Amino acid sequence: MHSFWYRLNGLLTFSVTILAIMCAIASLSDNLNTPSPSAEIQVMNINWFQKQPQGNDEVSLTMNISADLQSLFTWNTKQLFIFVAAEYETPKNSLNQVSLWDAIIPAKEHAKFWIHTSNKYRFVDQGNYLRGKEFNLTLHWHVMPKTGKMFADKIVLTGYSFPEEYR
Amino acid sequence: MGWIGDTLDSVKSIQIRQLLTQAVSLGMIVTSALIIWKGLMCVTGSESPVVVVLSGSMEPGFKRGDILFLHMSKDPIRAGEIVVFNIDGREIPIVHRVIKVHERQDTGEVDVLTKGDNNYGDDRLLYAQGQLYLQRHHIMGRAVGFLPYVGWVTIIMTEKPIIKYILIGALGLLVITSKD
Repeated sequence: MHSFWYRLNGLLTFSVTILAIMCAIASLSDNLNTPSPSAEIQVMNINWFQKQPQGNDEVSLTMNISADLQSLFTWNTKQLFIFVAAEYETPKNSLNQVSLWDAIIPAKEHAKFWIHTSNKYRFVDQGNYLRGKEFNLTLHWHVMPKTGKMFADKIVLTGYSFPEEYR
Repeated sequence: MGWIGDTLDSVKSIQIRQLLTQAVSLGMIVTSALIIWKGLMCVTGSESPVVVVLSGSMEPGFKRGDILFLHMSKDPIRAGEIVVFNIDGREIPIVHRVIKVHERQDTGEVDVLTKGDNNYGDDRLLYAQGQLYLQRHHIMGRAVGFLPYVGWVTIIMTEKPIIKYILIGALGLLVITSKD
């Protein structure tokens, strides 16, 4: 019972168990954090708004995005993945979500930012229902921990709309 | 030379009852592992409740060798969720993020487009010929939690199967020659 292999086995089992418990506690400590993020998005310009040959509408826009997400970081946070999605409803689809821009925030210092950008990904509808339509811009964030459970949440900003005519 | 003789003696001196007891204990260990795995499948609602990250397409969030815990609920698929899906014709599941969702008014069915965080373009290149979107039945689960580095054991055993054989051989030898 006291040979080298038994001792090694006992040691390994114990250390793996302790590691697992530490990871679980680290993950649970994330629940203690009460975040208070804020964000603002302005659509500076609709660059162009056309109907593609296949019949789908496509729009290109430029936005000012400013946000303060510092309160989301805890000691167990590896990075924050954020993205801005346009959400709207059409007669064909009850919900459409199109991601326009995303970024990775690796540390708390970078979580308060202001950026002027055009959409990183093409904004293409399924169909041609966008003229004059209202849409929401939602800033989503995904807290990716060093270990354990991931959290996601969002801020919904309403009141944006597409132009009535193609241009 | 004396060590080889001792090992041969211990192999010859095994009694049938002892051997059967050891075989039953081994069987118990294997079946309880299977019970835990199947139980996890029921609890999480996913066909494979734990997956290993194999590529670097989700860096720096998920690196190669991390393991992901999956959960599949009836909730609708929304943008930003990290999903694991299978493409028809490929056997390795892919773990990427949903960037576009189109949900139908009438049927509630959903078209989903995904992209790896570290990839430049979306996943249309990975989908089957002519496939523009994923549907719900392609998706095996959502990633809800992760543990770093633990998956390297699986990667090493898959990519260098010789290590798998060495480990099993050594375990088998230990079982046969142990004296209790």
